[in-house]
Amino acid sequence: MSVYINQDTRVLVQGITGRQGSFHTAQMLAYGTKIVGGVSPGKRGQVVEGVPVFDSTFEALESHPADASILFMPAPFAKDGALEALEAGLKIIVLIPESIPLHDAMDIMAYARQKNAVVVGPNTFGLVSSGSSKIGIMPGRYFVPGPVGVVSRSGTLCYEIVGNLTNDGIGTTTVVGLGGDRVVGLHFVDVLKKFEEDPATETVVLVGEIGGSAEEEAAAYISSSMIKPVIAYLAGRSAPPGKRMGHAGAIIERGRGTFESKVEALSEAGVKVADLPTAVSPLVKNALDKT
Amino acid sequence: MKLYEHMGKELFARCGIPVPRGKLVETVDQAGEAAAELGEVVIKSQVLTGKRGKAGGIAFVSNPGEAKKEAARIFDLKFDGLTTEKLLVEEKIQIEQELYLALTIDGAARRPLVLASLDGGMDVEEVAEERMIRWPVDNTIGLQDYMVREICRRMGVTGSLQKEFVKFMPKLYRMFREMDAELAEINPLALTPDGLIAADAKVTIDDDALYRHPQLPRITEKTALELKAEELDLAYVELGGDIAVMANGAGITMATLDMVQHYGGDPANFLDFGGGADIDKTTQALELLLATAPKVLLINIFGGITRCDVVAEAFVRVKENKGIELPVSFRLVGTNESEGRAVLEKEGIKTFNSMDEAVRHAVGLTA
Repeated sequence: MSVYINQDTRVLVQGITGRQGSFHTAQMLAYGTKIVGGVSPGKRGQVVEGVPVFDSTFEALESHPADASILFMPAPFAKDGALEALEAGLKIIVLIPESIPLHDAMDIMAYARQKNAVVVGPNTFGLVSSGSSKIGIMPGRYFVPGPVGVVSRSGTLCYEIVGNLTNDGIGTTTVVGLGGDRVVGLHFVDVLKKFEEDPATETVVLVGEIGGSAEEEAAAYISSSMIKPVIAYLAGRSAPPGKRMGHAGAIIERGRGTFESKVEALSEAGVKVADLPTAVSPLVKNALDKT
Repeated sequence: MKLYEHMGKELFARCGIPVPRGKLVETVDQAGEAAAELGEVVIKSQVLTGKRGKAGGIAFVSNPGEAKKEAARIFDLKFDGLTTEKLLVEEKIQIEQELYLALTIDGAARRPLVLASLDGGMDVEEVAEERMIRWPVDNTIGLQDYMVREICRRMGVTGSLQKEFVKFMPKLYRMFREMDAELAEINPLALTPDGLIAADAKVTIDDDALYRHPQLPRITEKTALELKAEELDLAYVELGGDIAVMANGAGITMATLDMVQHYGGDPANFLDFGGGADIDKTTQALELLLATAPKVLLINIFGGITRCDVVAEAFVRVKENKGIELPVSFRLVGTNESEGRAVLEKEGIKTFNSMDEAVRHAVGLTA
């Protein structure tokens, strides 16, 4: 089982003819993702990794119905691409680019709300239904099927933690990257709800970081509505206030978004917060043994 | 990018938001001339720190002689290590009441957020939660008059002041959207006999949208090293310890720093050289770190789109060209891991499998 996507999810790649777009199209196909078409304005008729390329999302959908789209275009063009995909009727949009202007991101999210669509990212590694389909740029070999749902704000740190789980023989149901920006489509709470409903997910791992309030909101949801055990790791304990730590959203501003506030909120909600990334896997094992 | 007060006010004025009459000056004499022209004035240091008032960076004077004296005093002050290069000399306005108004971005609602309060002129964190009205604006329709009236109702504002707000707030919203602002804050927003006037301006523009605003000046608070890193497209923050840290990805770099601290070490910096960096970029990142003369170098690579062999080759290249004298703790796993290790082993450099081991080794090397 999985949430958001599965082996039947049909995917369009916007920006497929670029270096990143074509490389990751090959990687996704190798993982088993059903990629039905690519979009690159002015490149109709080309074929990338066996995938036909169209001039527009609308044109692609005329002959190749799809459910989701992944965008690899440069940040200044991402808003146009995302709105096009939304208007054309796609219900899951994965925004890989970083540095999308904040006001563009807010416009994309507002339109997605109207269209009842899910936006993952921006500045995300995407999402993967382990063993069946990935819509993103994560290294496929770490994502093997199992009972753990993972949701993370950062990429490599998430691979590190999932890699540890995999090495310990623990697989995942679905892994979702929320993205490192200040305005992102999916938040922890959205994904936690899905994991709580998903019969195949037994335990949940939440990988958060300083900045914003998404972890505090997650804590409120976990404490009021979740039965499944949640293990968390949070990055940024040593980060000084007022400095952006790589991610646009990872910043302590005016005393908000601190490490301490997040740990306290999650701990009060009954979440076990690992003090090192390497401590997550043993805690997950413990939780799985009890269920 | 934070703007100086006078730049924020210039943007306000362009959108029809009333600001006090004023002059930007660079010398003591110019301050005197401005005071001679404007009469009773307030002299304000143009620095990018919120606490300049408390630090003595604002002075009210009634004649040119005093203006010169105060200007000289402010030019000599330091604000968190920053000195004043310019002063804003403004006419003194007749303030009946100090209010607070800001637009910012609500990450939780994914929308612009209006913050409004009758308690202005003080540190915004000191305003009681229930006295600060928060209204997330649906950006598909923008800030409408009814929203402003509702914000006013919640603040307890009626009558002519409410009418003032209905004229004022949409102008600030328009500026906030058009200029790609992350923050547009007016504190205090002054109620005067002539209506509402922005007595201060704190405006931050989204760095990622600066390409759309070529007319704006470029202002930075970064250190020389941080600027160099920015040029190279590396995410770099100076921290002051003795273990230089380099990793690929913001989250894992933060986690590496946390782990260094956990084991009793003191990180010198945050350096995320990103996913999928090529050999040149990796080389530049390494060279930048070595130039800071740390005691120990800690490299933590979990290769997804980053290739371990590329990192290893960059390391060897720097070692051959510039020499790497300091002790290094190298963790290298992921894509093309065995190729990368082979390259390093030829140079007699051993690598760690786990992040935990590598960090403990690095901390041990500083002892």
